[in-house]
Amino acid sequence: MAQADATMMGGAGASSGTEKLVTAEGVPLKRALERAQRRRKLMAFALVVPLLAFILTVFVFPIAQMMWLSVKNDQIVNAIPRTLEELRDWDGRELPDEAVFAALHADLMEDLERPRREQATGPMGIRLNYELSAARSAVSRTARAASGFEAPYKEAFIDAHRLWGDPELWRIIKREGRPLTASYYVAALDRQYDEDGRIVQRDENRRIYVSLFGRTLMLSVIITGMTFLLGFPIAFYMSILPMRHANLLMICVLLPFWTSLLVRTSAWIVLLQQQGVINTGLVTLGIIDDENRLSMIYNMTGTIIAMTHILLPFMVLPLYSVMRTIPPSYMRAAKSLGATPWTAFRRVYFPQTLPGIGAGGVLVFIISIGYYITPALVGGQSGRMISNEIARHIQQSLNWGLAAALGTMLLVGVLALYWLYNRLVGADSLKLG
Amino acid sequence: MSDSSPDDGFVTFDRVQKSYDGETLVVKDLNLSIGRGEFMTMLGPSGSGKTTCLMMLAGFETATSGEITLGGNPINSVPPHKRGIGMVFQNYALFPHMTVGENLSFPLEVRGMGKSEREQKVKRALDMVQMGNFAGRRPAQLSGGQQQRIALARALVFEPDLVLMDEPLGALDKNLRERMQYEIKHIHESLGVTVVYVTHDQTEALTMSDNVAVFDDGRIQQLAPPAVLYEKPDNAFVAAFIGENNTLRGKVDAIDGSTCSVRLDNGSVVKALRVNVEGTGVQSTLSLRPERVVLGEGAAERPNSFEAEVLELIYLGDHIRVRMNVCGDDEFIVKVPNNADGRDMKVGQKAPVGWSIEDCRALDPS
Ligand SMILES: Nc1ncnc2c1ncn2[C@@H]1O[C@H](COP(=O)(O)OP(=O)(O)O)[C@@H](O)[C@H]1O
Ligand SMILES: [Mg+2]
Repeated sequence: MAQADATMMGGAGASSGTEKLVTAEGVPLKRALERAQRRRKLMAFALVVPLLAFILTVFVFPIAQMMWLSVKNDQIVNAIPRTLEELRDWDGRELPDEAVFAALHADLMEDLERPRREQATGPMGIRLNYELSAARSAVSRTARAASGFEAPYKEAFIDAHRLWGDPELWRIIKREGRPLTASYYVAALDRQYDEDGRIVQRDENRRIYVSLFGRTLMLSVIITGMTFLLGFPIAFYMSILPMRHANLLMICVLLPFWTSLLVRTSAWIVLLQQQGVINTGLVTLGIIDDENRLSMIYNMTGTIIAMTHILLPFMVLPLYSVMRTIPPSYMRAAKSLGATPWTAFRRVYFPQTLPGIGAGGVLVFIISIGYYITPALVGGQSGRMISNEIARHIQQSLNWGLAAALGTMLLVGVLALYWLYNRLVGADSLKLG
Repeated sequence: MSDSSPDDGFVTFDRVQKSYDGETLVVKDLNLSIGRGEFMTMLGPSGSGKTTCLMMLAGFETATSGEITLGGNPINSVPPHKRGIGMVFQNYALFPHMTVGENLSFPLEVRGMGKSEREQKVKRALDMVQMGNFAGRRPAQLSGGQQQRIALARALVFEPDLVLMDEPLGALDKNLRERMQYEIKHIHESLGVTVVYVTHDQTEALTMSDNVAVFDDGRIQQLAPPAVLYEKPDNAFVAAFIGENNTLRGKVDAIDGSTCSVRLDNGSVVKALRVNVEGTGVQSTLSLRPERVVLGEGAAERPNSFEAEVLELIYLGDHIRVRMNVCGDDEFIVKVPNNADGRDMKVGQKAPVGWSIEDCRALDPS
């Protein structure tokens, strides 16, 4: 029987004239394998699809949207195409001539014919207002009155709103009359365009964002350092405790995760405010005077304290998981070789915790650099971070373009830092659990 | 181990006890003296307290009571890094973030030794374990046997007087283990260093040691050179733990100087050497090595001779193990050389077995 099979297979191989491997049924081995694995690939794909779809809809798509918002600039182009056409040869010095005003009038009249919801002058006014305050009222007031205008339009426009007589407004219209813009990024970097269209620094007292980025960076570094200083001994102690006690301590570390943000924040306020527990205690003990109560909240100190508390688990968990895997025999070996406990720690134990320190550090740093809610609640003015400014532009000033530009810069900055970390340390050395 | 040697008590344990939890003693009343240059093995089943003893000597555990001395000085309060004791750990404990060379250099560095001297010593130590070309490798790039050698070299590179090894060969396969046993023995002889070696493998203990301390239940059951341990076990535990052993149980009938007669449970009376029996009427375990039992011809002339039945034959190449029923014991083993007589044996066959008095030791009842 086996003999017969072998001859048959031999015959088939000889007749096809190739050296291809075939299965016992005569199917080429490669094809059989592919078929066998197709099911498994489909299965794997089906398992990943939900997550992929979820990430696409809630993560990749909104981020792409945000990046697009930071350069999108169609408000003016949509509203006054003829005017922009006329402005093309304008030198940007004197007020534009009558032809431009006539074109503007035509554009406004056309816009008035459109159904209310499609009217483009409203968005244009908002857009111009980002660059020049009062521009919005100039546009809206003029648009309402434009149907009564007679030639010469120049005077009519300037009568309706004096801003039309300001070359600055026209320079802005010309500059931003393009579908894409860099002006949000210019603003996000505390710069502006001067009369010649060059990018220059803003006045000292109007620079906010660069120093805010700097402060955010500094706070993140401080918070990362604080969580490390507090977390390292805790993680070390947990790693040498028996599992049962370690778990108990772990619960204490994780407690901030399980308490509502408002409870946590109220607790900090109760503790830290001027009439709070700590200040009152210090005054009662006579350590500080009643007039010199410490301000530890609604400032940078408040942000640092509260965020260190909240982010501590992100440092402790990776550290702990790395330390658990370091057998105590290393320290013993080092000591038996003559190293003092400190030398043994420094030369043998500590270097082995570096993957955990790296992971915890990157985690805490990246989370804190984009942290929003805690600085908003306890940070006051001096403890604000860049995300608070982004939130302000989204919720109050409604300048989404600027918010998007700031957000994109934050994202790029984090990616760049991560890239740098990866170059210096290597991401594969990270150990998150 | 004569009292005249000045180096007799290089390491001593004096009435040492150890408890981890305050309820049970893991080490009970340990008295031990190790001579300079000696290869002393602590042998015993898992959990018998060997590692604990070693850790107390190394300084990683403190003795609950009693005193340990090293070179005549009590070391109970000397921290581990000041004891100058080399140690080989079971999992080697080579520092993973350092190369082999850095691992070996570490003990010299912390002693403040200069660079050129360090390099020289590291090289010599690596050559000693035939790993001269591996200084630049990381421990993870080495096989188990190679890591073992490096661990050994690291424990010796700073020239300690005493080296402790806790089951250093436990993770190696059989062939490698046997080779390493000879190498460690060889290094011990050429360096003259004192070694305290822990193992649960009796063959390893017998092969390597000058003296073996057999541990059980936190006590030293017997302390003796390997040959004595095998030939003359002091008690039933040692007899059963070291080598193969036939045990017969019974009650001591009569004592006659250094011999005694023991009535077994089935009524037969066996004459045995009196080793560890308190008096007549007490229970006793008789210990008898399988290779000392004569089967068939010549058995009848022995002082102890009984009719036995062959229950099972196990062919082992150079010899045949015969399981027999002797005096009511079904597990009685006799070793027969693989010759014409041995091959002719059949299951169910009856044959006389016999042994001399001095080969049969009457021990405690356990
Ligand atoms: N660190 C420790 N804490 C508590 N009990 C321990 C500790 N180390 C060992 N023991 C107990 O002490 C006994 C002896 O252990 P050990 O010295 O390791 O024995 P061995 O090395 O002979 O196997 C065991 O019962 C073990 O459970
Ligand atoms: Mg042990």
